[in-house]
Amino acid sequence: MLRLVPPLTLLLFLGPVVAGLAGTLLPAFGYLPALGPGIGVLAPWQALLDYPGIARSLSLTLASGILSTVLALFLAVGICAAFHETRWFVRLRGVLAPLLALPHAALAIGFAFLIAPSGWLARLISPWLTGWDRPPDIASVADPLGLSLTLALAMKETPFLLLLMIAALNQVPAAQMLRVARSLGYGPATAWLKAVLPLVYRQIRLPLYAVLAYGLSTVDMAIILAPGTPPPLAVLVLRWFNDPDLAMRFQAAAGAVLLCGLVVAAILLCRGIETGIARLGIIWAAAGGRGAGWVARILPAVLAGTIGGLALTLSILSMAVLGLWSLAGAWRYPDALPPTVTLEGWMRQADAVAMPLSTTLWLAGAATLAALLLVLGCLEQEQRRGHGLSQRGLWLLYAPLLVPQIGFLFGAQILLVRVGLDGTAIALVWSHLLFVLPYVFLALADPYRALDARYTRTAQCLGAGAFRVFWQVKLPILLRPILIAAAIGFAVSIGQYLPTLFAGAGRYATLTTEAVSLASGANRRVIGIYAFLQGALPFLGFWLALLLPAWLYRHRSGLRGVS
Amino acid sequence: MTAGLRLCGVRLWLQDAPLIERLDLALGAGEVATLMGPSGVGKSSLLAFLCGTLDPAFRAEGQVLIEDRDVTSLAPEHRRIGILFQDDLLFPHLSVGGNLGFGLPASLRDRAARRARIDEALVEADMAGFADRDPATLSGGQRARVALMRLLLSDPKLLLLDEPFGKLDADLRERFRHFVFDHAARRKLPVLMVTHDIQDAPEGGQVIRLESLTPSPNGIGLRR
Amino acid sequence: MRHWLRGQARIGAVVLALAAFFSVPAQAADWQDTLKAARGQTVYWNAWAGDERINGYIQWVAEKVQAEYGVTLRHVKLSDTGEAVSRVLAEKAAGRTSDGSVDLIWLNGENFAAMKQNGLLHGPFTQALPNFALVDVMGKPTTLVDFTVPTDGLEAPWGMAQFVFMVDTARVSAPPRTIPGFIDWARANPGRFTYPAPPDFIGSTFLKQALSELAADPSVLLRAVDEASFAGVSAPLWAYLDALHPHLWRQGQGFPKTGPALRQLLDDGEVDMALSFHPGEASALIAEDRLPKTVRTFVLQGGTIGNTHFVAIPFNARAKQGAMVVANYLLSPEAQARKQDPAHWGDFTVLDLDALPAAGQQRFAAIERGIATLSDAELGTALPEPHPSWMTRIEAEWLARYNR
Repeated sequence: MLRLVPPLTLLLFLGPVVAGLAGTLLPAFGYLPALGPGIGVLAPWQALLDYPGIARSLSLTLASGILSTVLALFLAVGICAAFHETRWFVRLRGVLAPLLALPHAALAIGFAFLIAPSGWLARLISPWLTGWDRPPDIASVADPLGLSLTLALAMKETPFLLLLMIAALNQVPAAQMLRVARSLGYGPATAWLKAVLPLVYRQIRLPLYAVLAYGLSTVDMAIILAPGTPPPLAVLVLRWFNDPDLAMRFQAAAGAVLLCGLVVAAILLCRGIETGIARLGIIWAAAGGRGAGWVARILPAVLAGTIGGLALTLSILSMAVLGLWSLAGAWRYPDALPPTVTLEGWMRQADAVAMPLSTTLWLAGAATLAALLLVLGCLEQEQRRGHGLSQRGLWLLYAPLLVPQIGFLFGAQILLVRVGLDGTAIALVWSHLLFVLPYVFLALADPYRALDARYTRTAQCLGAGAFRVFWQVKLPILLRPILIAAAIGFAVSIGQYLPTLFAGAGRYATLTTEAVSLASGANRRVIGIYAFLQGALPFLGFWLALLLPAWLYRHRSGLRGVS
Repeated sequence: MTAGLRLCGVRLWLQDAPLIERLDLALGAGEVATLMGPSGVGKSSLLAFLCGTLDPAFRAEGQVLIEDRDVTSLAPEHRRIGILFQDDLLFPHLSVGGNLGFGLPASLRDRAARRARIDEALVEADMAGFADRDPATLSGGQRARVALMRLLLSDPKLLLLDEPFGKLDADLRERFRHFVFDHAARRKLPVLMVTHDIQDAPEGGQVIRLESLTPSPNGIGLRR
Repeated sequence: MRHWLRGQARIGAVVLALAAFFSVPAQAADWQDTLKAARGQTVYWNAWAGDERINGYIQWVAEKVQAEYGVTLRHVKLSDTGEAVSRVLAEKAAGRTSDGSVDLIWLNGENFAAMKQNGLLHGPFTQALPNFALVDVMGKPTTLVDFTVPTDGLEAPWGMAQFVFMVDTARVSAPPRTIPGFIDWARANPGRFTYPAPPDFIGSTFLKQALSELAADPSVLLRAVDEASFAGVSAPLWAYLDALHPHLWRQGQGFPKTGPALRQLLDDGEVDMALSFHPGEASALIAEDRLPKTVRTFVLQGGTIGNTHFVAIPFNARAKQGAMVVANYLLSPEAQARKQDPAHWGDFTVLDLDALPAAGQQRFAAIERGIATLSDAELGTALPEPHPSWMTRIEAEWLARYNR
């Protein structure tokens, strides 16, 4: 039975993705039998290229996707290099987890509330500092260059990269390397970059590509923060898919394929740049520059500290402004704080929120549970069979994170309609599972593999069968990492926008779909309520994942170190 | 003659490199055999083979007979072979009593009876009243004793010791060594011990020295 | 000219209305069967959900039809009605001719035209609705003619919309009253006016409003677009926009994405005017403290575009009877009066108030019109919507010109 879990996981997991990609690829070349006779093979591409503003849309897509990834990587590396040896570094993890849990849409909405010309930041410093007695006419949100989107993406992805980097650091002899380099006279940041980064980069490469793919293909964040005339490619494609003129679907499919192509090209480019930097890096490292002067010592810390601190502050303020708006009475520019605070909004929306809230909860719960079962099954089978996931397997696992969602969800939707599963809870849970599973696997694989195998042997020699060992030894000892993996999966599910839209046939409203659709202009108090709840739930999940084992094992100090 | 443990033609490979060419061994009830040899020679793997928990990277053949019963193809949990490692490996999520209870066969259903056996074992370990303690709060010697009692409660037919005294300081080591061998002798358990230190071996026991068959670059087997 | 246009529209509409009226036999006797079949059905109503007041109203309807008819109503929230149209189309393409996922859909204009043209609608069904008899088909011809396309009983009218402008009178004392007047005003007040980017329907309506005022012969707008003359007819619009854009919010380089987003900009003080399709909306928002108390509504001297919005049932709907029961309830004086009340929504009724029984009339009489709502006289008679092909064509052309 257990033997079937890994292939079953792959089938469940990737089968529909492959089918979905095919379902997107065919119409991109004019073939969609359901729509009657096909059109010319290149006609969709002609239409795509003829679309007004396509060039600007593409450059916007590439710029925001690539720039945000570079920013996030630099910041994550900078923080590690500057602070690895300090006391704060250990505590960083605690700060990062809730930031990671913050859904993309909630962050984008809060960030928009923050930096708009009439946003909270402007209100805090106006008019006494700026002299703006009415909001300035500057494009700080939905700016034509996509800078607000780029910044928000970078803010959202930095904690993800940082967490993975910290996890990777635990798997390499980083501390020793650093000690050796420091004793050879290298400054802290230089030592880290020259001796440790090459070791950890390999481990964060795949997640980095996932970040890149996400940045290039995000829809929910772009709907909120990107300009609309024209929007980034992914939003355009979604618009065309939803166009009442079905012929637009060919163009949409071509756009989705183009987006996949862009992602592949960007990853290859990234790979190329990596190789180049690695070559130069070897020369740089071998050149022996110590970076021990005060500039090289201080500057990275100051830069990484300032920018990192700024990003952290902005993220926290983004959440705070959501909460504030959900409680605000009339709150107009330039009042720094709402003159009246009221719970009326919450009470009025209580009924309306109940349904999407419960959908969000059961959906995230089901997807997380399914992911946990499959991942635990895979890991257990892996241990029994004795060899781990190959590099290729890891790529497969990552596939849904590397392929733009819109690239296969459209095709997958056609498939679902065909088998009559669209708009069913099963389809919805599956669509979330696609994105929950990789994260749960990533979070759980290392702790699971790191569990001392001798516990298992000891238990077996004491007469416990494999099943009992699993339930009574492995699961209880790994309770904390399992719950944290579950919290991550829960957070990932809560953040899903497009999958809910496509697989749910619009029938299932979650806090995320509600927040994004309301974000287009509805009452800020209501948006605040939805987005705040959306952001608070994952946070609650993490909190439970940390507290529950701590409480259950409050008399078991031996488990506190296990994570 | 009924031997507590008999190994017949045991061979062991790591991937395709032979580790143990051929090993035959007979051990009577209450006898102790000591297995010595350089690192990476396959001592611990041999114990794992006996237990039935050999890593799939290894390949083995030969027979393991306990009281003339061939256990080679049995699942680990049905072989009734107890093993003690250098670390006590008490389950951190269970109390001391819980750990001991884990060792007791489930066939003993009666709760009061189970409790009595556990208390009895604690008395034997000179740790009466420790049942509800968190194992993490015990001293090294206490933990080692609980580990042995847990093992003995599972009623094994053979005791394997994988450098069991390695981590204890000299004084404790001596006392725990006596504790282990006394209990093994009292139950007439055959004991197979792996150690680096000939001093660990009790007087009069067999000593088997394993030689390195293939020069190994780093001397250690796969450890994942 | 203007009168001629209106007259034409009205005569055409009445003819079509009468044709529709008599083409379908009355099915009142069957209504009891419909009610019986509807009980226990779940109706998935796909409706634009960008305004939580409208969502709240729909929620109220759901409670009512559940209590009175045993119909479970689920609001499938859309950010664009096109989503639902495309879903039904996709289902038809995939061969799903029954058990479709959409039971009821809120639409008008080009979405109705698209569905009608593709044979995606169930019906005619409006004649079977008892409350349809209360609709003011004579006085409100757009209840039978949707953007010049005859409804043919395939969609039931739900509400009357008229294009209005909102202005913050604390900042602007004399707003422009003609389309060309906006250029002068914007030049004097740079960055203080904008409109939502098409294809948002408020933005598209602003363009249609401008075109009907600027076109040399507005009557051509009532017919399908003629590609040969499109450039000539629409030229004044593009010249107008080219002159207007540099003085708009963000110099016309960016636009708010939706009508509600523009409204939010007005509340934030980023602009001084906003656009709406609901004459009562400003009052409602003031009451909720979501617009400054100084906001008022105005219309243009030559009148503004008005239309009707409808509900329709897809051909493959699973709960057709349930959907009809909901559509019928939406036309009840109770539901229509609540909808017109700015406290709940502020969307005008499609019913003929004079023909209502006294109780029904009283419901409407009791509604406070609101501080910022124009009187019927001030609103004037609405201009007809151009043929839906104009909307599609203008949107495409706008994208081609300003979306780069």
